[in-house]
Amino acid sequence: MATLATPLPAAAPEPTYAETNRDVIATLRPPGRKYFVGMAFVLAGLAFGAFSWGWQLRYGLGVTAYQPPIFWGTYITCFVFWVGIAHSGTLISAILLLFRSGWRTAVYRTAEAMTVFAVMTAGLFPVLHLGRAWYAYWVFPYPNFRGVWSNFRSPLVWDVFAISTYLTVSSTFLLMGLIPDVAAVRDQAAGWRKKLYGLVSFGWKGSDREWRHFGKMYLYLAGFATPLVLSVHSVVSWDFAMAIVPGWHATIFAPYFVAGAIFSGCGMVITILVPLRKAFKLERYIQIRHFDSLAKVCLLTASIVAYSYAIEFFMAWYSGNPFERSSFYNRAFGQYWWATWIMLTCNAFIPQLLWFQKIRTSIKALFVISIFINIGMWFERFVIIVTGLSHEYEPWQWSYYVPRWPELGITLGSFCWFSMWFLLFIKFFPSIAISEVKEALPAPVRAAGAGAGAGAHR
Amino acid sequence: MSAPGVVGVFGHLDSAVDAVETLKARGYANYRVYSPVPRPELAEALAKKESPVRLFTLFGALTGTAFGFFYAIATSLDWPLLTGGKPIVSWPPFIVIGFETTILIGSLVTVAGMFLLAGLPKLGRAPGYDPRFSDDKFGVVAFGGPAQLAEAREIFGHCGAEEVKDV
Repeated sequence: MATLATPLPAAAPEPTYAETNRDVIATLRPPGRKYFVGMAFVLAGLAFGAFSWGWQLRYGLGVTAYQPPIFWGTYITCFVFWVGIAHSGTLISAILLLFRSGWRTAVYRTAEAMTVFAVMTAGLFPVLHLGRAWYAYWVFPYPNFRGVWSNFRSPLVWDVFAISTYLTVSSTFLLMGLIPDVAAVRDQAAGWRKKLYGLVSFGWKGSDREWRHFGKMYLYLAGFATPLVLSVHSVVSWDFAMAIVPGWHATIFAPYFVAGAIFSGCGMVITILVPLRKAFKLERYIQIRHFDSLAKVCLLTASIVAYSYAIEFFMAWYSGNPFERSSFYNRAFGQYWWATWIMLTCNAFIPQLLWFQKIRTSIKALFVISIFINIGMWFERFVIIVTGLSHEYEPWQWSYYVPRWPELGITLGSFCWFSMWFLLFIKFFPSIAISEVKEALPAPVRAAGAGAGAGAHR
Repeated sequence: MSAPGVVGVFGHLDSAVDAVETLKARGYANYRVYSPVPRPELAEALAKKESPVRLFTLFGALTGTAFGFFYAIATSLDWPLLTGGKPIVSWPPFIVIGFETTILIGSLVTVAGMFLLAGLPKLGRAPGYDPRFSDDKFGVVAFGGPAQLAEAREIFGHCGAEEVKDV
C-alpha cells in the first residue's frame, strides 16, 4: 500500500515559463488533415442528428418509442448523462482549487471547457423532449399576458434555475480563467488575430493591480461554483426523487447522483485528454501523475456509486414495501436485466481495476476503462428512468421501451455536437491553462541558492 | 498616465522583487509591476491591502438571495394556484430558487467588481508594457520627475534588470 501514499514524481526536467508559453500556443497552429477528417465525421453525425430531429418535428413525438406509461426515455437519459459529464469540470477547476490540489492545473482547462459544452448539450434535451420545441420558453418565469407564473414547487422549475445558473456560472468561470492566457496568445500573435485576442483578453496586461483583484475574484467564483455543482445534480436527482415512482422516491438520490456525475465526468476527462495529449504532444504538461490522480477520483466516486447501488437494493428489501421490492427485483432480473448488468459491470466492477497503480499509470488501460465508464453511466440513467417507469404500481401499466431510430440519431447527434464545440475550442483557445501551469512551476531566480524560497511555494 | 517613466525588464523573480523593495524604500509611490503569473513574493513586496472584490461578492450574493425568494413568493401570490395541497408560499422549495439566484447574481457581480477594480477592459496601450511580460519576464515601471527616473534607472540596473528603457 506504500505506493498509494507516495505521489508520483513530476516528470523531469520541468518546463520553463518560455517553453510552457511556446508549447501551449503551438497547439493553436492551423490544424492538419486529421483534424479536418475528424471534424467531417463529427459534422456528418450532427447532420444525422439534425435530420432525426427534423423528422420528429415533422411527424411528432410518435416517432419515438414513447407509450404509456413510459414518457421519459432516451432524451431524459441523455439530459442527465450530459449534465453529469459537466460536473467533473467544476470539480477539477473549483473544488480542487479550494483544496489547493496542484495537479489540477494541467487538466482543468480541458475539464472546464468540457463542462460548458456538456451543459450546452444537456440543455438541448428537454427542448427535444418537448416535441413542440417552439414552446420551450414557457419554462422560464417571465411576465406574460395570461398572468400565469411557474409553479415553484415543481422540481422541473428548480431544474430550469439550476441548469441555467450552471451554464452561466461555468461559462463565466471558463472565460475568466482564459483572460490571462488569451493575453499571452495575443502577445505572440500578429495582425487581425492580435486584435481579436486583444478584445477577448479585455486588454489584460498582467499588472499587479489586475492580478490582485483577479486572484480574489477567481477564488470567490470557485467558492460559488463548489456549492453550485453539488446543488445542480441534486436538483436533477430531485426531478426523480420527488415523484412517487418506485425506484425513484429515495432520499439517497442527491448524493448518489452527485457522486455518479463526478465519476462519469472524470471518465470523460480521461477519454478526451488521452487523444488530446497525443495529438498536441503535451506529454510534458499532462503527465502520468495527472492521469493517476484522475483515476483515483474515478475509483473513489465509483466506490460511492457502487455503495449506492447496494443501498438501493438493500432499502428496497428492508422497507418491506412490495412495490419497491418488485421494482428492484425487476431491475436486476426482469426485462431490463441486460441494461442493469451493463451498468453494474461498467460502474461497479470494472473500476475496481483502478486499485492497481500499474493500471492507473497505463494510458491505454485508462482510456479503455474510461470508455466503459461512459457507457456504464449512460446506462445508469437509462436503468433508473426506464425501469422505474416501466414497472410502477399496477401490473396493467407495465411496459417495455426500446428506443427507435430518431432517438438514437439524436443521441449520436448530441455526441457530435459536443465534439464539434470541443474541436473548435482546442484550435481557438489554449487547452492548457498557461498562466496556472507557469504558476505551479518554480519561478526563475538568479542563483540556485539565493531564491530557493521563490519556487518552493507550491 | 502620460507621465514619463522607466521600465526595467527582469528575467528573474527575485531581481524584480528587489527592485520593488528598493523603490519602496527610496520613497517611490508611483510604480507598477507586470508579471506573467501572480507570485506571492511580488504581492508581499507590494504589500497592498486585501482586494475589495469580496464586498461585491457579499452584496451580489445577498441581492441574489433576496431576489430569488422575492420572485418565487411574489409570483406565487400574484396568481395563487394550489398544487399538491401545499401552502401558496412554501418555503422549503423556494430555498432551491433562492440558492441558485444567490450563486448566479453573486458570481456575476463578483466578476463585474473585478472588472471595475482592475480597470478592465483596457483596450488602449499600457505605459511600459512589453509582450514579454506575458511570456517569461517581469516588468517594473517607475513614474516620476527626471531626478526620480534617473534614480530608478540606477536601481533597476543595480538589481539586475536585463534591459532598462524609457517610456
